[in-house]
Amino acid sequence: MQKRICDIYRPVEERKQDFREVERPFSEAEIRAQAERCHNCGIPFCHGAGCPLFNQIPDFNAAAFAGDWKTAYEILSQTSFFPEFTSRVCPALCEGSCCCGVDGDPVMVRQCEKMIIEKAFSENFVRPVLPAKRRNLRVAVIGSGPSGLFAAEGLNRAGFSVTVFEANRKPGGLLRYGIPDFKLGKNVLDRRLAIMKEEGIVFTTDTRIGRDISGSYLLRNFDAVVLAVGTPAARDLVIPGRELAGIHFALEFLQGQNRVNGNESASLPVSAAGKRVLIIGGGDTGSDCAGTAIRQGAKSVRQIEIMPRPPEKRSASTPWPAWPWMLRTSSSHKEGCEREWCVASDRFTGENGSVTGVEVHEVAWSVSPEGRPLKPAPVDNSARTIEADLVLLAMGFTGVPKQGLVEELGLELTPRGAVVPDPARRIYAVGDCANGASLVVRAMADAGKVVRQITEETAS
Amino acid sequence: MEQIYRPRASALYDPAHEHDACGVGLAADLNGRASHDIVEKGITILTRLMHRGAAGSDPETGDGAGLLLTMPDAFFRKNAGVELPEEGAYAVAMIFGGAGSEKVIEEVVSSEGGAVLGWREVPVVPEAIGRKARENRPVIRQLFIDGRNFGGNDAFERKLFVMRRLIEKKHLDLYVCSMSSRTVVYKGLLLATQIREFYPDLSEELFRARFAIVHQRYSTNTFPTWPLAHPFRCLAHNGEINTLRGNLNALKARERLMSSSLLGDDLAKLLPLIDPGQSDSACLDNMLELLVAAGRPIEQVLLMLIPQAWGAKYYMGRDVRSFFEYHSALMEPWDGPAAVVFTDGRNPGAILDRNGLRPARYTKCKNGLFVLASEAGVLDIPPEEVESKGRLKPGEILFLDLDHHRLVEDSEIKTRLARSRPYRRWVEENRLSVHGLFTDITPSEPEEDLLRRQQFFGFSREDIDIILKPMAEQGKEPTGSMGNDAALAVLSEKPQLLFAYFKQLFAQVTNPPIDPIREELVMSLMTYIGNRGNILEETPEHARLIKLRRPLLTDDELNHLRNFGAHGFHSRVLRCGFDPAGGEDALRQALKTLAASAVEAASGGERILILSDRELPAGQAAIPSLLACAAVNRALIENDLRPETGVIIQSGEVREVMHFALLLGYGATAVNPYLALETVTALSRAGTVRVDPVTAAGNYIHAVEKGLLKIMSKLGISTLRSYRSAQAFEAVGLNRAFLDEFLPGTISRIGGIGLAEIAQEAVRRARSADGGAPLLPAGGQYKYRKDGEAHLWTPQSLAAFRQAVQQGDYGRFKEYSQLIDDQSRHLCTLRGLFRFKETQSIPQEQVESVESILRHFVSGAMSLGSLSPEAHMAIAKAMNTCGGMSNCGEGGENAERFGTEFNSAIKQVASGRFGVTISYLRNAKDIQIKMAQGAKPGEGGQLPGYKVDSFVAKIRHAMPGVTLISPPPHHDIYSIEDLAQLIYDLRNANPQARISVKLVSEPGVGTVAAGVAKAKADVVLISGHDGGTGASPLTSIKYAGLPWELGIAEAQQTLVLNGLRGSVRLQVDGQMKTGRDVVIGALLGAEEFGFATTILVCLGCVMMRQCHSNTCPMGVATQDPELRKHFAGKPEYIINFLRFVASEVREYLAQLGLRSLDEACGRSDLLEMKPALDFYKAEHLDFGDLLRPAEGKERHFDAARPKAELVNFDRRELLGKLKLDGKPESLELGIANADRTVGTELSGIIADRFGPEGLPEDTVKIHLAGTAGQSFGAFLAPGVTLDLAGEANDYVGKGLSGGKIIIRRARRAGYPAENNVIAGNVIGYGGTSGKIFINGIAGERFAIRNSGMTLVAEGIGDHGCEYMTGGRVVILGHVGVNFAAGMTGGLAYVYDEKGHFDLSCNPDGIDLESIEPGTEAEKELKDLIEAHHRATGSVRASSMLADWERYRAKFVRVFPVEYRNALKAQGSR
Repeated sequence: MQKRICDIYRPVEERKQDFREVERPFSEAEIRAQAERCHNCGIPFCHGAGCPLFNQIPDFNAAAFAGDWKTAYEILSQTSFFPEFTSRVCPALCEGSCCCGVDGDPVMVRQCEKMIIEKAFSENFVRPVLPAKRRNLRVAVIGSGPSGLFAAEGLNRAGFSVTVFEANRKPGGLLRYGIPDFKLGKNVLDRRLAIMKEEGIVFTTDTRIGRDISGSYLLRNFDAVVLAVGTPAARDLVIPGRELAGIHFALEFLQGQNRVNGNESASLPVSAAGKRVLIIGGGDTGSDCAGTAIRQGAKSVRQIEIMPRPPEKRSASTPWPAWPWMLRTSSSHKEGCEREWCVASDRFTGENGSVTGVEVHEVAWSVSPEGRPLKPAPVDNSARTIEADLVLLAMGFTGVPKQGLVEELGLELTPRGAVVPDPARRIYAVGDCANGASLVVRAMADAGKVVRQITEETAS
Repeated sequence: MEQIYRPRASALYDPAHEHDACGVGLAADLNGRASHDIVEKGITILTRLMHRGAAGSDPETGDGAGLLLTMPDAFFRKNAGVELPEEGAYAVAMIFGGAGSEKVIEEVVSSEGGAVLGWREVPVVPEAIGRKARENRPVIRQLFIDGRNFGGNDAFERKLFVMRRLIEKKHLDLYVCSMSSRTVVYKGLLLATQIREFYPDLSEELFRARFAIVHQRYSTNTFPTWPLAHPFRCLAHNGEINTLRGNLNALKARERLMSSSLLGDDLAKLLPLIDPGQSDSACLDNMLELLVAAGRPIEQVLLMLIPQAWGAKYYMGRDVRSFFEYHSALMEPWDGPAAVVFTDGRNPGAILDRNGLRPARYTKCKNGLFVLASEAGVLDIPPEEVESKGRLKPGEILFLDLDHHRLVEDSEIKTRLARSRPYRRWVEENRLSVHGLFTDITPSEPEEDLLRRQQFFGFSREDIDIILKPMAEQGKEPTGSMGNDAALAVLSEKPQLLFAYFKQLFAQVTNPPIDPIREELVMSLMTYIGNRGNILEETPEHARLIKLRRPLLTDDELNHLRNFGAHGFHSRVLRCGFDPAGGEDALRQALKTLAASAVEAASGGERILILSDRELPAGQAAIPSLLACAAVNRALIENDLRPETGVIIQSGEVREVMHFALLLGYGATAVNPYLALETVTALSRAGTVRVDPVTAAGNYIHAVEKGLLKIMSKLGISTLRSYRSAQAFEAVGLNRAFLDEFLPGTISRIGGIGLAEIAQEAVRRARSADGGAPLLPAGGQYKYRKDGEAHLWTPQSLAAFRQAVQQGDYGRFKEYSQLIDDQSRHLCTLRGLFRFKETQSIPQEQVESVESILRHFVSGAMSLGSLSPEAHMAIAKAMNTCGGMSNCGEGGENAERFGTEFNSAIKQVASGRFGVTISYLRNAKDIQIKMAQGAKPGEGGQLPGYKVDSFVAKIRHAMPGVTLISPPPHHDIYSIEDLAQLIYDLRNANPQARISVKLVSEPGVGTVAAGVAKAKADVVLISGHDGGTGASPLTSIKYAGLPWELGIAEAQQTLVLNGLRGSVRLQVDGQMKTGRDVVIGALLGAEEFGFATTILVCLGCVMMRQCHSNTCPMGVATQDPELRKHFAGKPEYIINFLRFVASEVREYLAQLGLRSLDEACGRSDLLEMKPALDFYKAEHLDFGDLLRPAEGKERHFDAARPKAELVNFDRRELLGKLKLDGKPESLELGIANADRTVGTELSGIIADRFGPEGLPEDTVKIHLAGTAGQSFGAFLAPGVTLDLAGEANDYVGKGLSGGKIIIRRARRAGYPAENNVIAGNVIGYGGTSGKIFINGIAGERFAIRNSGMTLVAEGIGDHGCEYMTGGRVVILGHVGVNFAAGMTGGLAYVYDEKGHFDLSCNPDGIDLESIEPGTEAEKELKDLIEAHHRATGSVRASSMLADWERYRAKFVRVFPVEYRNALKAQGSR
């Protein structure tokens, strides 16, 4: 039996030089051999517990192993509209719950998915899907990130006439402006958008609700409104020195690079070139910042995190088939990013109004018997300063701001800043803005659920 | 008469499921002289067969015994009280009951031209019989009838038959035992020993007979039933007619078409021939009587009803083969284990079923005495008086021609009958040959809209990938593992095919399964179109038939049939569609129209009707093919058109083996699964199936054939002709009204949906084809899918379970049990629909402790071999630690574990008998006989060679790499009395252990349980259909067996009703998952509870369901050393789980106000159905019968009931006299056939004292003279030698564990040893080591499953060395057919006198070699023959050794191919 393939990236020295996708191409034979590793389990946890979209993973693995890419694509597209996105940016919850992963390496589901959808595009299987019957109902989708696009596609297939409103110049939301090109090439996004347009979905860009169009206009002209605005407000680090120059939110940094790459602007608003970059926050966004900073020519890149270093293998606190809490090392980390854990920031230091570093101290965590971190405590005499010319804050997102759209439509927010939908007025919310910041795949799955809800509630 | 003589059906108990079996015998004087001595001998035989009978809750009331005797003329002349005409001109009717009906009876007699001479009350001594029998004793009288008016005795006999039928049809409160001028029957609800005293008549010297046919009954139930005792009017039967339903349905179809010149108008008075509610033997008796009355000789009738197998593998003359072929067109076999002794009143005879499943031994004496019985040694005959000894072989008949003082043997009878008419010419001249039929397979061409049509008929991707693909690619039925936890069809939200609502019936205990693979030669799928209905006459036209080799037709074959058209075989296609908008009404109307057009076509002379859902008009939905089939079948029967018409189902629905079985079981002649065939071709074209389309179609057909054989064999049915119309299914979830309207006669016990819902599902299927979906739905039946079928195990429930038991987290466990128990959204099981009634609860402290509850828990049987040693030992340790019991499964156990914390308390004895040695049995607390397994009842198993590593091989006493086969039946249990014998054997082996019998839930399991209780078992385990398994055909996992809720309730109700409940404990298993399951099991009647799947999940199983492929990545169900490293299970996890369950049990018990599980036992009154279920299909279920508390006083096991002490030969004769101190000693004794299981308890003691190695050879020598009873030397320990001069019965050396058995001719015997039968059937079954030398011929299935013994005999019957995996066998004379079937190890040497021994072999897995001089083979053979000579003084052996070169050249060595490969592998290691 084949082993799981470990080297999935292009060589570091090569990929650091460009913004093309870091993953190396796989041969068909490689992927078929990987698909063969799938046991087609009696209870496929990947499908039934791992994947929020309930992708029928064993089925498409079997088809892929057989080399039957057409069937594999048909199976995949029954549950997923945009496998080309998830197969690039999803952490692959399915693999976390794969039976082979109980005591070994899970099946490479994500790569298999990617090959299926890329084969489908190259063989021209992917065609616009037109609804069997158009219903005389119009839906406005606000926001064109993963959940917005998924909702739009679902609604369109169900026969609604869909208009997607996007505040930016191009549709795609986080997919376009948040995720770096080296993880998701924007041609992939454009390819999909072109198909969606062929299917009759209308994209109205550069349009912000409450600024360019009023809420009441929306409610008057559409039979339903679906909010898919994400969680635009990033969590701030309110410590002394925050006002110094050279401290930026991660998304601002990432967007800048994406706009340049997408020819929307000529220069970077924030550049890491020649700088000592410090990223505060140990998540995926931070890792994306690292990869971007390295490509911009940073002098050094360092990422700090208050949580402890996760174990090398699945922590007992997240027993299989739960998503394992364990150390994850991204392609960006391997390109020259140093990581530190148990580091808490006290204040920024600066010279001439510009940041020069952060004063930090170490924390020690009390842990549960299973190894789950419970509470941090400062470690005595551990204060030190980390020098930095550019600090990027990647500490997650707080929620949807009250002002603007939410007020405009007269909606409530939960205490945690999530939109409370109002189905009575046919106002719905999907994805992060409804559930808090989470994964692309969860946003899509949520959109799918709401599409079914809308379809049922508007059925005559 | 039904009112007082037969039990009523009560809740789940139905007397229709009763079985019986027993011992039969015949004593006759070949000189034709009547004597009182023959009567005495008959009675002696009865008493000597008593151990084959049984008694119920009243030990003094036997199940029945009786004699059929020739007319004691002198006796009646003196005692009738009236003047009798000459012998033959008067008749005696022996009548039970009927007081007050004398006038009616007399009127019938005189209306038919007889004259009543008078009545005689038969004197009886009621004190001689048991209490229950006394309470129900009818008045017994004899009526004397003058028959001088009828112009001869034959005509008189026919008239007597008519009179009796007319009396019976008046349904008076009476039963006519016999009514004949030739014979009289004395019988009753008696023990054999009581009959002489009860009927003083029998002791009168004037009471003389030419022959006596006797019968001792063993019934599964104990209701007082005087009439059910044998003999009947012309036979006594030991065995079971498995095909009864099909036979009766076939008879019904042709009854009104019959006519007979001899019977004339009287025929109508005889019909209907068979009263409902009789036993199988009584029905057979009725059939026999009619055919004889219509003029056939009785031998011919028997050969017609119980024909031998006559397939191509049997060597026989053309005339005889044609005789059987001709008769096969008239009558489908009455098939099943059968030793039948019969008579036409003048001469007696006997016949054995095609498979030889019952023993029948005979002795012919020089003075003309002839004795035949189920056992040898039933009369004491001095050896010098004996002329010859023999046995009936499979399919053999014998007949005593008393007028000519001759024993007429098989071949003479058959050839004489075969030449009595020109059958061969009739068959050859009339057989219709359809040009091109069955010559080649032409694959179907998939049409363009294949996908849409697949959707229309509800295909899923699983149907394609899991069902059709393996069938087409490998010609195999698909296999699966870990049982079934998907929703029952009636609880499924997905539209189900009508087929899915049925479960196959199967045989257990009373009518065993047969082996469709290794004993395939007795089976047949051949069938005819165009049979004549009138079976009472013989004409050449009866042979004018189209013969179909198999019931599956390809499109091409169907076309050939359609275009045939000669001899009136025109065909008509009838479309099976209905208007979906019309729903139920439209479907009903369509069925009516269909039936009417079928009748119209058939009356118009169309003899082939094709019911087709192909090319339905657009917009129509398809009538479920089973409904179409049943409706047409029924209409044709009602219009007397069925026998001559072929009904062919052409349906797109049909794809699985079960679908074929159902259609055939409900009367279809043949089936054309056009869509499945198209799909198979498409799969081949697409490369999904890696064979060409012709091969793929051929494979698919082959898989269906094999599957059908398997389904039939599970019922013990050998031929498709007897299976057709047998309706061997239970419906689960279909309501009575629907079944009565469309599928009458089908068992269904919990109600359910009807035509409206079925129409709705058909419409939903049809509509799903409209959406244009590019793919079939996923399915989810076999594997969990999000939007597929509901399952109990889901990712969520399994994850919660795993985390709960591994972390000892009761909270998480509650989440799990919530998920399982709360089936309000997705119903899976029957118990999901139950709820507890509101009662007064008690505080939990008053409920028995967790520890006390744990003692009720056992682990399910899982063998080493299917499980890794790590997993197997973890289970044993866990169960031993927590107070429960673990079950080692059927694979044996490492002797090093005996006496340690890893010793399995329950040791299983299954059909393979792997590693079942005396010390294995001795180290058990429970010995469990596995009669059936939930996942595959009625089937055997196979441990493929690659799973047999050196460790597994050692434990199973086999060679590494050699495939090990577990046969479908226990070859020492072909009847309930055989099970009683095995229980007796095991009790001898270990008197301290409980004996438990594992059964699988099915209708009638309660009756079987009662029979098992009467066989003195201590525990009866009822397994649900959904239990896990290492490997089983998916059809069996899905469609065989029933939920345990039904089985345990039925067992409880039947045992209580029978007063037997106090003597056994009930155990239940099958997907037991939570405390709620346990409590429901207890309330329905169980005392002990088995867990298996859950225990594996504790140890890491994640339900990958691949145990059968040795690839278990958790190291649980694999022998792969690499994968075993992944095993991470711990005994603690199991203990956590069981404690959690026990805690839950306490909570429920407290809620119900019960203090213990014992208190809960049988309290089904505390359960009710959940009201207001808002699921359209579940709304119609009715659990009234299931939840009805049992009627009777004793509702659970009564520990205080005294246990019968073990009585055996060893205690009586051996144990006191032998020291057993390890020093050599010997003993000389006499022995008789009632001395059973000799040497076994003795062996147990040796095993205790000296361990598995026992004593050196010949340390304890026991010399015996006489006839040994069954199981002589069973499990004999090393060092013990039994040296018998005389003869032995069945099961000699069963499970031989190292001892030595010598059987030779009695000292004064004059007959030559090598030509005479000296030992019975199934010798050395499952023996692991030791030696058996037999100076004479032995019966069928010699050395079966030998795994290390040495056996020598001078001739054997059929199926020798079957499934043998080791040891040596030498046969110095003739062997029967099918030698070495399934043999994978060891060597056999056979003397091949005529040079065609290969024809007697099953050549599938063996090579035959000559014995070259100077080879090791020669040396080994010669040594063995010398040893045989030394042991027995065999004349044959000495003459062979004396002329060695001549004989050597005629010996053949049988070398299993697998064994050779394994030896090579061992050599290269």
